[in-house]
Amino acid sequence: MIERLARVPWGPLVMVAAFFVPALGSRFYTFVATDVVIMGLFAVSLNLLIGYTGLVSFGHAAYFGIGAYTTGILMKKLGVPFVLAFPAAGLGAGLAALVFGFFCVRLTKIYFAMLTLAFAQIVWAICFKWNDVTGGEQGMPEIPYPALDWMQRLPFFGDFRASDHFYLVTVVLVALCFWTLRRIVGSPFGRLLTTIRENPERAEFIGVSVRRYELIAFVIAGIFAGLAGGLFGIFNRGVFPDFAYWTKSSEVLIMTLLGGMGSFWGPAVGALVLLVLNQQITSYTEYWPFVLGTVLIVILFAFPGGIVGALAAGVTRLRMRHA
Amino acid sequence: MVSSGALPDPSFLFAQALSGLTAAMFLFLIAAGLSLIFGVLRVLNFSHGSFYMLGAYLAYQVVQWAATTPGRFWWATIGAALGIAALGGVVERLLLRHLYAKEELYQLLFTYALVLILGDVAKKLWGTGQLSVSRPPGLTGAVELFGTRLPYYNLFILLLGPAIALAFWIVLHRTRTGRFIRAAALDREMLGALGVNVTGLYTGVFVIGSFLAGLGGALVTPVKTIVPGMDVEIIVEAFIVVVIGGLGSFWGTFLGSIVYGQVLSFGILIFPRFSIFSVFALMAVVLIVRPWGLLGRPLR
Repeated sequence: MIERLARVPWGPLVMVAAFFVPALGSRFYTFVATDVVIMGLFAVSLNLLIGYTGLVSFGHAAYFGIGAYTTGILMKKLGVPFVLAFPAAGLGAGLAALVFGFFCVRLTKIYFAMLTLAFAQIVWAICFKWNDVTGGEQGMPEIPYPALDWMQRLPFFGDFRASDHFYLVTVVLVALCFWTLRRIVGSPFGRLLTTIRENPERAEFIGVSVRRYELIAFVIAGIFAGLAGGLFGIFNRGVFPDFAYWTKSSEVLIMTLLGGMGSFWGPAVGALVLLVLNQQITSYTEYWPFVLGTVLIVILFAFPGGIVGALAAGVTRLRMRHA
Repeated sequence: MVSSGALPDPSFLFAQALSGLTAAMFLFLIAAGLSLIFGVLRVLNFSHGSFYMLGAYLAYQVVQWAATTPGRFWWATIGAALGIAALGGVVERLLLRHLYAKEELYQLLFTYALVLILGDVAKKLWGTGQLSVSRPPGLTGAVELFGTRLPYYNLFILLLGPAIALAFWIVLHRTRTGRFIRAAALDREMLGALGVNVTGLYTGVFVIGSFLAGLGGALVTPVKTIVPGMDVEIIVEAFIVVVIGGLGSFWGTFLGSIVYGQVLSFGILIFPRFSIFSVFALMAVVLIVRPWGLLGRPLR
C-alpha cells in the first residue's frame, strides 16, 4: 500500500490538479494558487544550488528581482508582448547570474554566501535608486496582464476571469520549467552536481572542473528564478525593490528548508505550506514574523529534513514495521 | 551636491569626515561583537542587529523608569548592555549550542529566526512608533572645531570607540582568557584536547558579543530614533564592515568601520543617489579580490 503510494507521480498529478483551481470559482483560491505555483518555482530553482550542488546562496532574490524588472519594464514601458517579455526575464537573470556567479563560485562556504548577498544588495540598491528606469523606491505599479483574449474562445476555461487565465498560463509555464529542471537534475550533469556537493575535492580529482559546473548550476538557477520573478511581477500587478532585498532571499531559503532540501519537490511543498500558513495566520494576527521564526526554529531542531524529509522517514519506518 | 570644478570648502570636508568617523565608531561597537562571534564560533549571527535594537529599547525603558534619578542615561546604558548579554547567554546555552555540529546554513537560519521573533517581540512591547532618548545632561553642549560644531556626545563616542578597541585588544592579547579566545578561533578541537573548557568559552564569547551589541544600541539612542527595522538596517551595515575588514579580524573590523563611514559620508557627495550602492560595491570588490578581508586571514 505504502509502496504503491510512494510510486504515484505526485508532482505531475498535482500540476494537473492545479489546472482546475479556477473551477472552484473563488478569486481568493486562484490568488493563493498563483502565488504558490510561482514561489514554488523560485524555491525549486534555489534548491538546484543548495540541495543539489551544496552552494548556499543568500542572494537568490537578485535573480528573481531582475527577472521581475525585465518583464515589467518590457511590458509596461516598451509594450513588448508577454511571449517575448517572459523569456527575456530568464535571459536577463541568467546573464546577471553569469556575471555575478563568475566571481561567486571562486569562493567557498560562508564567503560564497556573503558574496551572493553582496551582489543581491547591489541589485537591490540599483532598483531602489534608479528612478528613471525602475521607478525607484515607489517601484513600478500597474504591470499589464498579458493579452490572453484568445483564451475566452476555449471550451470550459473560456468564461473565467483575466486573473484565472493568467493563472492557467502560469501553471503551464511553471510545469514546463519543473519538467526541464527535473530533466536537468536527472541528467549526468545533475549527477555531477551531486558529486560536487558530496565531495568537491574528489570531483576535482576525477577531472571535473568544479568551478565551471558550479557556475553553470548558478546560471541555470538564476534563469529559473528570473522566470519566476517575471511571472510574479505580473501576478503582483507591480514590481518593487523588495523583490531583490535580502529578506526575500531568506524567505525562499526558509521555503526550501521547510519543504526539504533533500528532494526535488520539497521546496515547492515548502512554498505551498508557508504561503497557505501565511494566509491563514495573517487573518488572526499581525505577528506573522514571530510565527514564521518559531516554525523555523522547530524545523531546524526537530525536522532538519523538512516536511518531505520527515514524511520520507515516516514512510521508511512504516515499511520496516511491515517487513 | 558640490559644484563640479571648484574645490569644496575644507571645513565642510572636515565636518563630513567627522560625521563619517562618528558613524564609524558606532558601527565598530556593533561590528566588533559580530566579528568576535564569527571569529570564534564560526557563526554568522544575523540576530546581532536584533540584540542592538533590543539594547536601544531597553535603554529607553530604563530611562523612562528612572525618570528622576541622576545619571539615569548611564545606568540605562549599563543595564541594557548587561540585559542583552544575559539574553545572549541564554540563547547560546539553550539553543544555538545544539546547532554547532550542523551545517552553516542551519546556524544562519537559526539566527535569522531570532531576527523575526525578536523583531515582533519588540513591536509588541514598545509599539511601532518612534522613540527617543535625550542626551545625558553632561554632554548636551557642543565644541567648535575648525569651524565645525561637534556635539560633546559625538566627541564622547569618537573617544569611546578607540578606547573600547584598545580595551578589547588588551583582553585578547594580554590575558589568559584572551589567549584562549584566540586559540579557539584557530583550532577549537586542539584547545579542547588541551583541557580548556571550549563550550564555556563559546558561551562567554557570545555573551561578550551580545554585550557589545546591547551597549551599541543603548549608546546610539541619543543620536538616532528607536524604530522597528533598525535591527535589519544595522546588521547589513555591520556585515559590510566585517567583510571589508576581514571576518574575525579585530583591527580589520576597526579599519572596516572607518572605511565604511568615510565611503558613505563622501560617497554622498560624489554620487548623491548611489551612496548605498558604493558601499555594497566596495564589499563585493573586497570579497572578489581578498575574500578574507583587508586585514583578515584566509580560513582553512
